[in-house]
Amino acid sequence: MKLDSQLIRKRLSKFTAVSNISGPLMLVEGISGVKYGELVEIELVSGEIRKGEVLQVEEDKVLLQVFEGTSGIDIPKTAVRFLARGLEINLSMDMLGRVFDGLGRPIDKGPDVVPEERADINGAPINPYARDYPNEFIQTGISAIDGLNTLVRGQKLPIFSGSGLPHNRLATQIARQSEVRGEGESFAVVFAAMGITFEEAEYFIQSFRDTGAIERSVLFINLADDPAIERIATPRVALTTAEFLAFKKDMHVLVILTDMTNYCEALREISAARKEVPGRRGYPGYLYTDLSTIYERAGRIKEKKGSITLIPILTMPEDDKTHPIPDLTGYITEGQIILSRALHRKKIYPPIDVLPSLSRLKDKGIGKGKTREDHSDVFNQLFACYARGKEVQELAVILGEGALSEVDKIYFKFADLFEDRYVGQGEFEDRSIEETLDLGWELLSMFPTSELKRVRPQFIEKYLKKAS
Amino acid sequence: MKSGRIVKVSGPLVVAEGMLGTKMYDVVYVGEMKLLGEVIELKGDRAFIQVYEDTHGLGPGDPVFGTGYPLMVELGPGLIESFFDGIQRPLDKIKILSGDFISRGIHVPGLPRDKKWFFVPRVKIGDEVVEGDVIGEVEETPLVKHRIMVPPGIGGVIVEIKEGVFTIDETVARLRDSEGQVHELRMMQKWPVRVPRPYKEKFLPEVPMFTGQRVIDAFFPIAKGGTACVPGPFGSGKTVIQHQLAKWSEANIVVYIGCGERGNEMTDVLIEFPELKDPYSGEPLMKRTVLIANTSNMPVAAREASIYTGITIAEYFRDMGYSVALMADSTSRWAEAMREISGRLEEMPGEEGYPAYLATRVASFYERAGRVKCLGKDDREGTLSVIGAVSPPGGDLSDPVVQSTLRVVKVFWSLEDKLAYRRHFPAINWLTSYSLYREDLRPYYEKNVSPDFYEMILESMKILEKEAELEEIVRLVGAEALSQEDQLLLEIARSIREDFLHQNAFHEVDTFASIKKQYLMMKAILKLYDVCKEIITKEEVTVKELRKSTIWEKIARMKYFAESDLHEIEKIIKEMDHEIRQPVN
Repeated sequence: MKLDSQLIRKRLSKFTAVSNISGPLMLVEGISGVKYGELVEIELVSGEIRKGEVLQVEEDKVLLQVFEGTSGIDIPKTAVRFLARGLEINLSMDMLGRVFDGLGRPIDKGPDVVPEERADINGAPINPYARDYPNEFIQTGISAIDGLNTLVRGQKLPIFSGSGLPHNRLATQIARQSEVRGEGESFAVVFAAMGITFEEAEYFIQSFRDTGAIERSVLFINLADDPAIERIATPRVALTTAEFLAFKKDMHVLVILTDMTNYCEALREISAARKEVPGRRGYPGYLYTDLSTIYERAGRIKEKKGSITLIPILTMPEDDKTHPIPDLTGYITEGQIILSRALHRKKIYPPIDVLPSLSRLKDKGIGKGKTREDHSDVFNQLFACYARGKEVQELAVILGEGALSEVDKIYFKFADLFEDRYVGQGEFEDRSIEETLDLGWELLSMFPTSELKRVRPQFIEKYLKKAS
Repeated sequence: MKSGRIVKVSGPLVVAEGMLGTKMYDVVYVGEMKLLGEVIELKGDRAFIQVYEDTHGLGPGDPVFGTGYPLMVELGPGLIESFFDGIQRPLDKIKILSGDFISRGIHVPGLPRDKKWFFVPRVKIGDEVVEGDVIGEVEETPLVKHRIMVPPGIGGVIVEIKEGVFTIDETVARLRDSEGQVHELRMMQKWPVRVPRPYKEKFLPEVPMFTGQRVIDAFFPIAKGGTACVPGPFGSGKTVIQHQLAKWSEANIVVYIGCGERGNEMTDVLIEFPELKDPYSGEPLMKRTVLIANTSNMPVAAREASIYTGITIAEYFRDMGYSVALMADSTSRWAEAMREISGRLEEMPGEEGYPAYLATRVASFYERAGRVKCLGKDDREGTLSVIGAVSPPGGDLSDPVVQSTLRVVKVFWSLEDKLAYRRHFPAINWLTSYSLYREDLRPYYEKNVSPDFYEMILESMKILEKEAELEEIVRLVGAEALSQEDQLLLEIARSIREDFLHQNAFHEVDTFASIKKQYLMMKAILKLYDVCKEIITKEEVTVKELRKSTIWEKIARMKYFAESDLHEIEKIIKEMDHEIRQPVN
């Protein structure tokens, strides 16, 4: 955004003509030269300064959203300053190892970041022509992900969770353990929390510190009692940082956004305050477009070394997958990992429900040279056996276990063991992909080979024998 | 250029005053950066403009420049193998100008001006030509002879025609109309995207468009010039189906619109299409494809336009007398773009916040499909088939976009996530899907495939319907309680589902099946049914014993026979009687 300097000087002077305040929105009248999307500073009587953004301009009337909320703002005395630029963030390699608030201000008592550069948090869309296809494996050390829902660099793979499920533990475990295979690759984690509680935030910060993962991480924390509107900026601040690390500093960046449900609710709040026509369940009609401007910032770019891999976490209200937030997310992301309450009750951690989970890009990231030649076959076989095992278990509920055929009894047992040993693992257990694949073979060895139709005979020869 | 000034900015909507004289749907340039916009409402001297680029930084007082013409696409050699955004800007050129990220205010023409094409005339001086007549040809790719036509509204006597190498801007011919006025003809013409291109006459579709997908060609076929929709929740495989159709459809030209979808999917197409070979010609698929991508994070108004840009390009190739297939993935995103603009205009909303004119817009989009007699004296026939994906929220088919689409399209491929979870792909439900062309196409199937194919299709569908009924009983009392006939029916139904309908898009052979192969595969399965039926009634052999035969394994492997090995399937059919009676060891 460019403005001539004279205009900037004029506009930087304080300006008081607030005429309306409603929810997170403020109406300012009698000012000219304001631009759409411009950043605003609001000075309260107390001297406190808050930030806002222009949502709409009409003649001399300007509609603002105030990131820190409007409490304490009055009509006669509050001053407004228009900054002639969008909301920007300071970027530097020194951000690694630091903790910031939802707008990118340090909250770890450390010094301010000396910027290498500044960037508008809204970014610009990646040209689809410049994109490179994601096809390189990321090891998370979690079997249910690495083995069955493989994550690849540049992918966006959300975790659909529910309240009370251990998605935060899973997220920290992923952040802690993730690595790209290969030499000389540098890896970073950008972690953005939106609307989480103080305890959760402490848990994140502490566990990042304890394990040393913080050294390669940037944390943005917006707490539950921080203003909801700030959450609109948080994921964008995080992704702008990620773009800097990935495309300017050649790092492989894993971005974790939690909890997107809180983000969407903040968006709904603003939409309601603007009296917009609501879409499904009161969420604005542009929720899809808005979410895509966040999720689509993940990816790889041709001739650039770095990449952005995105794991948004969201809690599904009432575990309902058709709720607009998981639904629209699923339409944009490349698959989903779904946590199951039933598995959680069985005390299985991580409670990943393998059957409805899916990584759309996994086929491109597995196999010889990436993970191991047998990966695809083992995946298909495990998936098929577990699906059949679950069916058998349902059948057994109706007919009784005694009515099952001999083969079906093996499937019955397999499904339990699979959940317990393959899906289930320790919170600090970091399995290499080889361990995950070998574990798969070990579990499959309970079947007679005639049941293993989805694996090629040469792999049975090579891997099954070894495992059993 | 007429100019006004901005009074209001709200997201992609800009209101400008002092715009008297501008027409509805005129293109305007907004702000000093000259962002492209389109007038969508006029009130007094105020114009409401949807802007095709991000509007951050615009404010009241900024200028708006009128152009006086509507949003148009450039039509001519250079379209094939292009990769455009929603308003026909080539994305590769944008990358050169603005790098890996798309910045604003970039103006690039749709077609390359510097590229030269070899123009071969098809008319000579003194010939009388009318609108739509082909005056010459350019071999654009080995697959596409680009026919240069007299633009609509012009006709007369050719007074000059050249042969040789020209750019699309250069005059290749001159004609004098009946009033003595001379028109210069170039290889490029322009056409407003919101106006359907004219044709002489429309006919009912009667020839199938084969897609190489068994569940489609055999069960729910689409005709050349027909319309189809693929609704389904996420993860049910809409995009894979659209890609499969773009790859294997028996069409001269394919236009693929990625409307508000994932960036990585378009990258996938870009990487894959140049490598895949067209099964009909052996040339790379890219040589007949036009791609349009307005991914979900690109500006929403351009997403609204992308559908029209795509279909206008498709109509242009139809006018040359080609069969064109257009895939739009996904029309729901297009409808959402309309909803967003409508909301900003503060229009009274219809269902679910969609504008009241949603159904009209959807209907008039699909109505641009069809089999037509093109303009021109030679009465050539062109077809445009349109296949739209719909992404209803939560997979709920009562969604207004699905409902208004179903009212106009003739083919409904119902994707189900339940089938996808069972890893049955394509996850098209064989009970709820339909094709209203099946009856119209019957004569074609009987004449060109086999007289008994149509009956076979009906029989297979009947078996599957019966299976659905029997499954209820099986769930209650178990399969053992059924009669031998019914148990056999279940086995055959399973074979139809797994060995015929199931098709692996990622298997190099299975991804495409010619109609001949489909016929043979179905014939084999149904013959197995007849043979087994006879055995169990006459010889008191149980289905369980029959199931041990090696024949079932052979049937399951039929799909992996290459097109050159179809005699193998014929062999299976021939030896079936014998094989099933072989003792099993």
